[in-house]
Amino acid sequence: MVRLPYTTALTTLFSYGLLFAFGQLRDFFRQLIDWFKANDVKGYAPICLGLEDFYVRRLYMRIQDCFGRPIASAPDSWFDVVERYSNGSDKTLKLTSNTSRCLNLGSYNYLGFAAADEYCTPLVIESLKKYSSSTCSVRVDGGTTKLHTELEELVARFVGKPSSIIFGMGYATNSTIIPCLVGRGGLIISDSLNHNSIVNGARGSGATIRVFQHNSPAHLEEVLREQIAGGQPRTHRPWKKIVVIVEGIYSMEGELCKLPEIIAVCKKYKAYTYLDEAHSIGAVGQSGRGVCELLGVDPADVDIMMGTFTKSFGSCGGYIAASKEIIQHLKLSCPAHLYATSMSPPAVQQVISAIKVILGEDGSNRGAQKLVRIRENSNFFRSELTKMGFEVLGDNDSPIMPIMLYNPAKIPAFSRECLRQKVAIVTVAFPATPLLLARVRICISASHTREDLINALDVSAFVLCRIFFYSHTRKGILILIVPIFVIIHSGYQQSW
Amino acid sequence: MKARSLPIRSSVLRCRVPVRICAEYLFQLPRWESLSSDILPSVPTPQAAPPPLTPLRSRRRVASLLSTISLPRKFALGHGHGIAVVFGVHIDGHLVVEGLLIVVIVFQLSRKSYKPPKKPLSEKEIDELCDEWEPEPLCPPIKEGARINTPMLESAAGPHTTIGGKEVVNFASANYLGLIGNEKIIDSCVGSLEKYGVGSCGPRGFYGTIDVHLDCEAKIAKFLGTPDSILYSYGISTIFSVIPAFCKKGDIIVADEGVHWAVQNGLHLSRSTVVYFKHNDMASLAHTLEKLTRGNKRAEKIRRYIVVESIYQNSGQIAPLDEIVRLKEKYRFRVILEESHSFGVLGRSGRGLAEHYGVPIDKIDIITAGMGNALATDGGFCTGSVRVVDHQRLSSSGYVFSASLPPYLATAAVSAVNYLEENPSVLANLRSNIALLHKELSDTPGLEISSHVLSPIIFLKLKKSTASTNTDLDLLETIAERILKEDSVFIVASKRSTLDKCKLPVGIRLFVSAGHTESDISKVSSSLKRVSASVLSDYI
Repeated sequence: MVRLPYTTALTTLFSYGLLFAFGQLRDFFRQLIDWFKANDVKGYAPICLGLEDFYVRRLYMRIQDCFGRPIASAPDSWFDVVERYSNGSDKTLKLTSNTSRCLNLGSYNYLGFAAADEYCTPLVIESLKKYSSSTCSVRVDGGTTKLHTELEELVARFVGKPSSIIFGMGYATNSTIIPCLVGRGGLIISDSLNHNSIVNGARGSGATIRVFQHNSPAHLEEVLREQIAGGQPRTHRPWKKIVVIVEGIYSMEGELCKLPEIIAVCKKYKAYTYLDEAHSIGAVGQSGRGVCELLGVDPADVDIMMGTFTKSFGSCGGYIAASKEIIQHLKLSCPAHLYATSMSPPAVQQVISAIKVILGEDGSNRGAQKLVRIRENSNFFRSELTKMGFEVLGDNDSPIMPIMLYNPAKIPAFSRECLRQKVAIVTVAFPATPLLLARVRICISASHTREDLINALDVSAFVLCRIFFYSHTRKGILILIVPIFVIIHSGYQQSW
Repeated sequence: MKARSLPIRSSVLRCRVPVRICAEYLFQLPRWESLSSDILPSVPTPQAAPPPLTPLRSRRRVASLLSTISLPRKFALGHGHGIAVVFGVHIDGHLVVEGLLIVVIVFQLSRKSYKPPKKPLSEKEIDELCDEWEPEPLCPPIKEGARINTPMLESAAGPHTTIGGKEVVNFASANYLGLIGNEKIIDSCVGSLEKYGVGSCGPRGFYGTIDVHLDCEAKIAKFLGTPDSILYSYGISTIFSVIPAFCKKGDIIVADEGVHWAVQNGLHLSRSTVVYFKHNDMASLAHTLEKLTRGNKRAEKIRRYIVVESIYQNSGQIAPLDEIVRLKEKYRFRVILEESHSFGVLGRSGRGLAEHYGVPIDKIDIITAGMGNALATDGGFCTGSVRVVDHQRLSSSGYVFSASLPPYLATAAVSAVNYLEENPSVLANLRSNIALLHKELSDTPGLEISSHVLSPIIFLKLKKSTASTNTDLDLLETIAERILKEDSVFIVASKRSTLDKCKLPVGIRLFVSAGHTESDISKVSSSLKRVSASVLSDYI
């Protein structure tokens, strides 16, 4: 859990306040100019009302170049970042034909399956030739190929559940499954930092939603007791069912879920558990079976196990693994199964072959090596970063390590400076994190070599010296200078 | 406890003055003058005017006076000349009764209303409640005879495919342009797979943007003649992310009642006020718009949208876009058009519904489509003005929070659009197939075509519904199963999720492809006629 220091909160708020004030000033002049111009669309309310897109126009646009950088190669350990330029205004960024080869610390390529693989890629191409890139149909109609069935059996075996079902998109897995499991009269208790797909799924279900403090089994118990005793709001009828939703590794925190404790609480109060292993499946655990294996939880104790194929397996889509009855119910009622184009067959093949590599069924021990490598890389990088004095979040073994930045001015400074040193890192700000808790997020991959990581650490140290010096001197004046410097430096931008 | 008792005491004190004045007036107390001069210092007496008191002090004084004087006074009233005077002077009894009534009323009013003490549940009670609570099972029991296992394809889902080792004619895949198995597209995908791998391993914001994504966005925008477009990684997630990105609480959405589940979900997630109009009924739409805007000044300040599908997945009907655009401009609504089944199908060159009706594309504010049908790839896109597209890049949850489309599928989309541009004849094939099948199926026993003549989804519903969707569906699925088993023709019934709120009748859906031959079409129509005549013999 992030603890925001008082002074940092103050300076961060000040920075945002300053940006807000400048934005307002610009909006004011913009309105003056618009007032003189003829209004072209009369009678329509603006498509973005008032302050709805203020953040985008006046804050995000300034540092737009730090996000959405296009790449021109596979997202492997090193990749080609396409250079972009803008004509005095960051509003539009134009692509150039130049690329720069950078170390990739941003992609979720935990096991290194993103690039062409000696075992997977030939099989994928073979299945592409056999099945083409799409079935043009939904799973219940003509969208189930032999590969889909094979993967469902394999996933069930891999995660240790009786049965499973796959979907073509991880996000849609959460947002369409949750409404099938719990509806009106049910209660969803969700971790406060759960992913947006869970939030949207819960909202779409019509169930009541309560939130418990991030990763706190004690607070979960408190909420459960209060809710079971109080029943549904207004009618006070007992809840039909309670589903507790947690993630295995929190993607913006790098923290492991306190799963054993949470499972114990859920068992005690007869709540169902829904575990989202988007970032943990394949990436952690002795044989890559996710947090259950790492924390010693029996998969049978988790009612619904969800995960995605986007990260460790280098493909796309998601799965749900659960008891046979639940999967049958989902096959009959889940909209993503009934109405969505089935997962692309080559992508299915990629997951099948990736899991086979992890399980060692391809006839080599590459899978085991990859798992050892990702653990060593993660722990090495985390300990080195901590030694250097960065504020690193998350637990050991987790391949995600966020470094807190807080101040909005540090976001572009860190990102641009690293890119200049040929290290591509991800800076995360609102809306993916709370406004005040901007951070750098580093994702370690099994395909990184020790030299890559040492190189990245050197760059981080260098960038640390250049940027962090200012804020770490704790001299108010320098803290003030950074945001002002960025405001001036980001150049004059054309208003909307 | 002290704090709680205080207000009661003060209210009693407050009431005593009027009670007393009342009683003394009624009983004509002899000492009235002197007493009143004592307790009411504001009434000046000629002899000794008391010093003016502040309200607080005067009240305190009244209180102290009452506490010391009033008790013995009352007593004297009862026993001394009080009663005698009262009875002596002829006072009517009713005055006493009324006086007492007032006393009672005032007394009652001065009392605090009774509230049962609020006791929180004890830990033990909560423990008991938790022990007693029994949850429902996570999923309802599966009904007997539910069709869970669906046919499994053993080869590509082209016009002919393999199921259970047998070659079958496939009318279940929305492979409208027959692009499944297209050599050129497969070759471009192979190149993409070798260069970029399968997955993109990141959302668009965080190094998940690959140059082919940008190419694909530009290609689609150029093809449709819109300023910009944005790619989504899954077909159904497109529309249910786009609607909440533009419609918020308080906005008005007028939607067709026949929209498919993904649109319904988008409408629900937007939290806007949703008003449905009758399926594909323009009079109903006009009426709804009129009702919403007439005399409603506030409506001008909020965003208003019409949400329609170009070809309704649930009925095969085509939305009359010219009429919708006319209404939209009259009532100043924006249009969100779902083009999943019409993109690459309708229009002279496959540019969709706008081209079909000759409506300029910029009249439609937001267009979304899944690419899993005509383009034979996966994912979806949304296109519109630069403003519309840019807004989604940070506010559309399915775009921001999801990994991007696998690059090879973006390549496939680009190649498919290229193919369509280079081979417009494929559309002529598709159209003649649709027309032929439409003609052949027009006299199917027990079933009637409810789809538009140009729709590539041929939708056959029961002539006589059994009044229960489940029984209808069961009949239709029996037909589909028998046709697959007996005649090796793969057709499907439109299944419905329990979450789907669509009330339109279910039916058999045939997806026509440009790749179907005349013999395929005559095979499906003769087989459908034969089987439906035998299955629906009781319903004709």
